[in-house]
Amino acid sequence: MNQLKKGILYLNQFFGQIGGEDKAGYEPTIQEGVVGAGMLLNNLLDDAEITHTLICGDNFMGSNESEAVEKILGYLEDKEFDIFFAGPAFQAGRYGNACGVICKAVKEKFNVPVITSMHKENPGVDMFKKDVFIFKGGDSAAKMRNDMTKMATFGNKVLKDEENKGAEAEGYFKRGIRLEVFLEDETPACERTMSMLLNKINDEPFVSELPIPELDRVPIAPAIELDGAKIALITSGGIVPVDNPDKIQSSSATRWGRYSIEGLERLGNRSDEAFKTIHAGYDPAAADADPNIVLPLDALRAYEKEGKIGSIHDYYYATVGTGTAEGEAKRMALEIIEHLKQDKVDAVILTSC
Amino acid sequence: MVKEIEKAGITVVQMANLIPIAKTVGANRMVPTISIPYPLGDPQTPKEEQWKLRYHRVGVALDALATEIDDQTVFEV
Repeated sequence: MNQLKKGILYLNQFFGQIGGEDKAGYEPTIQEGVVGAGMLLNNLLDDAEITHTLICGDNFMGSNESEAVEKILGYLEDKEFDIFFAGPAFQAGRYGNACGVICKAVKEKFNVPVITSMHKENPGVDMFKKDVFIFKGGDSAAKMRNDMTKMATFGNKVLKDEENKGAEAEGYFKRGIRLEVFLEDETPACERTMSMLLNKINDEPFVSELPIPELDRVPIAPAIELDGAKIALITSGGIVPVDNPDKIQSSSATRWGRYSIEGLERLGNRSDEAFKTIHAGYDPAAADADPNIVLPLDALRAYEKEGKIGSIHDYYYATVGTGTAEGEAKRMALEIIEHLKQDKVDAVILTSC
Repeated sequence: MVKEIEKAGITVVQMANLIPIAKTVGANRMVPTISIPYPLGDPQTPKEEQWKLRYHRVGVALDALATEIDDQTVFEV
């Protein structure tokens, strides 16, 4: 018989049977074996057992996070374990935060799979879904058995090295990671695409294999007076100085650049050793030969000369938009916006390829 | 990226070939371009024609910035 794998579970003061809200300041402790809700998890695991239980008050974790994390990681240092669980946290915000914090820290330090569960409204979901497997849980402890079963089922799969079929199929919140899978029936992409297309044409339901994250509309910014306006150019088409000084990646970019166009009538091309594209998502020939077809500096200069606009911002901004994660795009945008605001830019033309 | 810029209160127009994606992602002012590898000038056509096309579409984009809209709008070129 194979040796049992080992798991460790994190619980708050309530589920760890220390006490209620009055014990929420409880400092972290570790106990051998299972406590409270851990019994259920232990019974649900196939070839693994819960060897230790960590308990920490939600307030202690909330207010003394680094101390709590340090203490807990210290407790774990001499323990052998193959998997780590926390919660379920239901709709309890502080508990959700605690489960997320500790799962993330344990994963970073010990590189073991970490699993928790929260209700979709738990703020911990958005805070940690990228770092931790967070299973979609109920809103209260009445769903304990159900939520713990989901955590254990996935834990069993992970421990048996079974294939992860992705967020949807497994029941955890999407982590924003693309998962490559080989379909059992080996239906090729062209056939799947055609059947999706036919369904779409026939107004029948179909499911995209690469869903765009949920819509999040923004209020429409007001129209501007062009007369006197300072306009900035931004592109996700990867136009950079030929030496790509910021080493912006050709796809899945996490970097962006800010480059002077002060006094330039138009962008010189690659053979002038001026500008080129590093975008890996399209044929670079045309853009390398004339970067203005992606970042239309020449045309915008003409409008500046005619007086249709006040001026062109002295810098343009560039990144690569292919394969770029939504979160990264957002962060880069926020960094760029600081410059736009500082330099009193009135409006932006953003070109994408 | 467009959304964050707009959220920051800076008026923005996106010039893109894949307008449905720009729409799905949430751009509010959009101007179509002619292709992915050469959005604003087909290298198969004379320079003069590329310039005209680019000048025209950038003009449309500027006008879009100066136009009040109350819904996502694709400006005609």
